[in-house]
Amino acid sequence: MSDADEPTPTVADAEVLDAAAIDAMLLGETTPSYLPVPDPRGRADDNDVELDDPRMGDVDEWGRSESIRSLTRKIYDPIYKHWFRAEWEGLEKIPTDGGALLVANHAAALPSDAPVIMHGIETELERPVYGLADALFKTMPVVGTLWSRAGGVVAHPDNAYRLLREQGQLVLVFPEGSKGPGKTYTQRYRLRRFGRGGYVEIAMRAGVPIIPIAVVGAEESMPIVWKSTALAKATGLPYFPVTANQLLFGPLLGGLAYFPAKFKLKVLDPVSFDVPPDQERYSKSRVMEESERIREQIQSALYDMLRERRSVWFG
Amino acid sequence: MAGKRVLITGLATFWGGLVAQALEQDPDVDVIIGLDTREPSVELERTEYVRTDENYSILSRIVKAARIDTIAHTFLIIDSTSMQPRTMHEINVIGTMNLFAAASAPGSTVRDVVVKSSSYVYGTGGEDPYWFTEETNRSRTPRTRVERSLEAVEGYVRDFAIDNPHVNVTLLRFSNVLGPDIETPISRALTLPVVPSIFGFDPRFQFVHEDDVVRSILYVLQHHLAGIYNVAGDGLLPWSEVAHLCGKPTFPMPPFGTGLASWPLKQLGVELPDELLDLLRFGRGIDNRRLKADGFQYRYTSAGTVRAFIEALRLRSTVGSTERSYRYERDVEQFFRHSPAVLSHEPAGELADPRTDP
Repeated sequence: MSDADEPTPTVADAEVLDAAAIDAMLLGETTPSYLPVPDPRGRADDNDVELDDPRMGDVDEWGRSESIRSLTRKIYDPIYKHWFRAEWEGLEKIPTDGGALLVANHAAALPSDAPVIMHGIETELERPVYGLADALFKTMPVVGTLWSRAGGVVAHPDNAYRLLREQGQLVLVFPEGSKGPGKTYTQRYRLRRFGRGGYVEIAMRAGVPIIPIAVVGAEESMPIVWKSTALAKATGLPYFPVTANQLLFGPLLGGLAYFPAKFKLKVLDPVSFDVPPDQERYSKSRVMEESERIREQIQSALYDMLRERRSVWFG
Repeated sequence: MAGKRVLITGLATFWGGLVAQALEQDPDVDVIIGLDTREPSVELERTEYVRTDENYSILSRIVKAARIDTIAHTFLIIDSTSMQPRTMHEINVIGTMNLFAAASAPGSTVRDVVVKSSSYVYGTGGEDPYWFTEETNRSRTPRTRVERSLEAVEGYVRDFAIDNPHVNVTLLRFSNVLGPDIETPISRALTLPVVPSIFGFDPRFQFVHEDDVVRSILYVLQHHLAGIYNVAGDGLLPWSEVAHLCGKPTFPMPPFGTGLASWPLKQLGVELPDELLDLLRFGRGIDNRRLKADGFQYRYTSAGTVRAFIEALRLRSTVGSTERSYRYERDVEQFFRHSPAVLSHEPAGELADPRTDP
């Protein structure tokens, strides 16, 4: 990055000041700019001016960086295409503009579904997706920063509302939270509780539809064989797994290397709620009812997809 | 209608002095009385300075005697490195308590109160939202002294506002302030040859320019705005870019045991208080839209504030101090203000603003 194109207003300003003004300036006798005197640059309080914003990097107010995002896209694309061979059904159900909350099942010790969904939608629909994740990420050095530069956002209702309602973005959330990826292999494709239905309330408040997505393949990409409660407690992690990948490739490589499970993703029909947005509170029974219905839809879609699946590796 | 009669707390502090100077330019302000334990450090034309102890025991008498209708409470210590914890507690918590006790005494004429608080009351952590609105509660109990004392202060402000519904109470929460003149732990960190950061973290920072701070205080007083307002420049930028704008590399401290690692810096005279270390890890954004919706216009964005700061710093390092070298001389001030021999009320010095010359 070069500084050559940076404007240098001090030099330009200094040239038009006469010696007396410079003296006055150095003596601190210029009138402070908050006083109601005419500003030499012609700025006045009552007209809208475009403020000078001398930014140097491309990190936006959410902490994402377009250059890092395009780099990760480039690195991740072969994994998406050739390793997981992701296949979508019903992508046209995702709106091309306006806010929508994407909701999916969550799996694998190191969840492989989030990047597949985000990358898939971003490349196929050319729309950014903001992935909500546990605040735990933000507290990890390096990981947290990279995650945020690549497009991750802390799952907080205020963040989701701002993205969905005010900025009309696509937001991805996994209502199972860490309970989804934290389950052992024997529990695969059995959805956990969908939190306390907070995601439905957010969608209602933001006045956006919920688009359920059923994902098959993530469970087998990094299955958990055994979990240590004691180590989870000691490390402060939500779960401390031993994965099949680690048994096969060793603890380090196995902690990162996924099995090449075939990914199939099915976008279900959008769910809209006929409630007014921006309400202080919504009927808890209605919220829980909708949440349970969406959970059941994803669950039965998963069973359908598994019935049709002939091979874990080839779909 | 008669003009305003304003009481400023902390006249000798950076903010008290600036607010007093700015109010002096306002013809609608009749009387300005400034309280402090020390003598003011800026040149003042018509502000009356009253020396008090830090918890204002004579305050209710002043409010009554001078029929004060407006209080600008600028005497809140945000920089925890600048004094002993006990002194800070006396000034912030006990001072505010006594101030509001005096302002709510029977027969009080106070109608407008503005308090200069800080976005430190929100705290910061991994689980917090990316923007705090005026309604957002902090997610954990305050850990540092500044945050605890600010929370107590805001409690008194809230109580006062509830007990005195006829008074316009305004609470301004300012983001990190930078500018040509103010010195804070952040500005000191940015004047180092390498800027301290925490390894693996590059949080979003938001700034407000010192001019915008003073302008916003005057603005809420002028428009009688009541309630809580966040005050911060537009936009957020990562800490590495803040350092980059200042033309400096960052020097990462270890992410674990950071407090210990910042100890050598403290020995070098650059203390990074706990609340700043939290910021260097998680950053903080505050939603500045409410004040803008009520008509306030900022002069600087967050990035613009950083540039204004660093340009002033470069100028100062080239030509020496550009600060006003004013010393308060009580006898001279008394002479200029009250002696019948003085015919025109010029400022004490002869360096009047050249633009007012005929």
